[in-house]
Amino acid sequence: MAIGKDRTRRNWLLSAPALILLTLAAAGPLLIMVVYSFLSPGQYGNVQWIFSLEGWRSILFTEDIFEPGKYTLADAHLTILMRSLKLSLLTTLITALVGFPTAWFIATKPPKTRVLWLFLITIPFWTNLLIRTFAINEVIRNEGLLNSFLLWAGLITEPLRIIYTDTAVFIGMAYVYLPFMVLPIFAAIDRFDMRLLEAGFDLYASRLQVLRRVILPIVKPGIIAGSILVFTPSIGAYVIPRILGGGKNLMVGNLIDLQFGQGRNWPLGAALGMTLLVIVMIALAVYTRVTNRENDRG
Amino acid sequence: MANASFSASRLPGFSTIATIVFVMLYAPIVTLVVYSFNAGKTVTAWEGFSWRWYQQAWTNDIVQDAALRSLTVATCAMLIATTVATLAALGTTRTGPFAGKTLISVMINQPLLVPDIVTAISLLIFVAALKVATGYQGLAYLIVAHAAFCIPFAYLPIKARLESMDLSLENAAADLYASPMQTFRRVTLPLLAPAIIAGGMLAFVISLDDVVITSFVKSGGQDTLPTYMLGQLRRGTEPDVNAISTVLLCLTVLLLSLFFVLTRKRD
Repeated sequence: MAIGKDRTRRNWLLSAPALILLTLAAAGPLLIMVVYSFLSPGQYGNVQWIFSLEGWRSILFTEDIFEPGKYTLADAHLTILMRSLKLSLLTTLITALVGFPTAWFIATKPPKTRVLWLFLITIPFWTNLLIRTFAINEVIRNEGLLNSFLLWAGLITEPLRIIYTDTAVFIGMAYVYLPFMVLPIFAAIDRFDMRLLEAGFDLYASRLQVLRRVILPIVKPGIIAGSILVFTPSIGAYVIPRILGGGKNLMVGNLIDLQFGQGRNWPLGAALGMTLLVIVMIALAVYTRVTNRENDRG
Repeated sequence: MANASFSASRLPGFSTIATIVFVMLYAPIVTLVVYSFNAGKTVTAWEGFSWRWYQQAWTNDIVQDAALRSLTVATCAMLIATTVATLAALGTTRTGPFAGKTLISVMINQPLLVPDIVTAISLLIFVAALKVATGYQGLAYLIVAHAAFCIPFAYLPIKARLESMDLSLENAAADLYASPMQTFRRVTLPLLAPAIIAGGMLAFVISLDDVVITSFVKSGGQDTLPTYMLGQLRRGTEPDVNAISTVLLCLTVLLLSLFFVLTRKRD
């Protein structure tokens, strides 16, 4: 018993510096943000220390200017929330659809070249998000590479207007977050014994049957993990919609930013931040439940 | 071993998709790098090779200032994050269950779970109050904020390395009457060094890349390279941003290659 206590104290002491730093600059501020979401906005930003539910209410409802006490649905906020959900889910879907073949391609390479392919996926993974957003911006903007090429090839007569649309934000997120999908799927396939495939074929399974009955169950945990890794930053995206959405096609992250800039409604911003956090936590909870069930079954 | 005629692991169409993916992944980056050497201003027309944009960025006081600030913040954040992450990794691996183990692990991984923008506004709220209360506007806020979100990145490789090291060498040292401190300095630390360096490099890269949290925490005139670049883009692209991007890209590739070499050694 005494050894157990000593061990607990030693481990906590060793972890203490990290925990203090994280409390100071991560967990603590989050708690303050929760408090701020229940205060009244100050006139020039910041807050007044008066309790109010207005921040939370104004996520979904706007008070009528002429008839105080009358509330209508805040269409602008709803549009932005729905756009964020839609674009993040689409991004997750498309990255899973192309990420699986890519991961498979890498995992089935001979060990020597596999390292190289893996490195090629890892570079974008660690490359500055801003730089990659710039890069895709150069490709899809009106005078960008894509349009110049298509015009030159005579396939179009007028530039495609992709930039500053939802499509642009979607393309940007899929481009930026794809490596987040490929790496966990690769990890799942890498653990897989390829001889099982041959066993499947030896037992006269068709390619489709092998894919459905052997490969997919193996890849599934990787796809689930990848989906979380893609969905979480997508729903919280700020830089990508700001650059590629051009101030019109906002996502939740930009709406939050607005409340601390021109909007000057810190409590609403804090409440929106909490909402975003709750969405991410729900996604994580679903993930944990699904993986636990998979483990139980296996 | 592999029979060329029939490969069980080949799935029709997969190689094609993967090839397209790799091309699409690299085409924009390669374009950006190539056009950072363009003498002209646009990405659409190649007007000859030139170092012009590199010179322009290099001689720009604001860019120099931002670059120096980025390096200062990243270096300080890396040193702090790696030190506390190493201690935390020693406290949470190769030890039996103890009260609060899960809590510590949740706390350490928290920056990975919370969206950047949420961390950013919560820090903005906190730092705004601190700035009013203390009057201090300096770089320390940025350094502490960066150090905090770099901790999990420094922690993971160190933890992984510790988990793959068994205690036999340390026990042997203890059997030979080495004090715990001697054992740590002469046995544990040298074995752990590659992972600590690797973790430090990840922390450095993560700090250098951050734009969201920095934009919300920094005081006026405290631009780092990424926040400077984001500001530039709002005023329409300047090719010197491509030049800065290329330099940052090279730095990332360099550090990442080193990281691969360091973490590979143990196999």
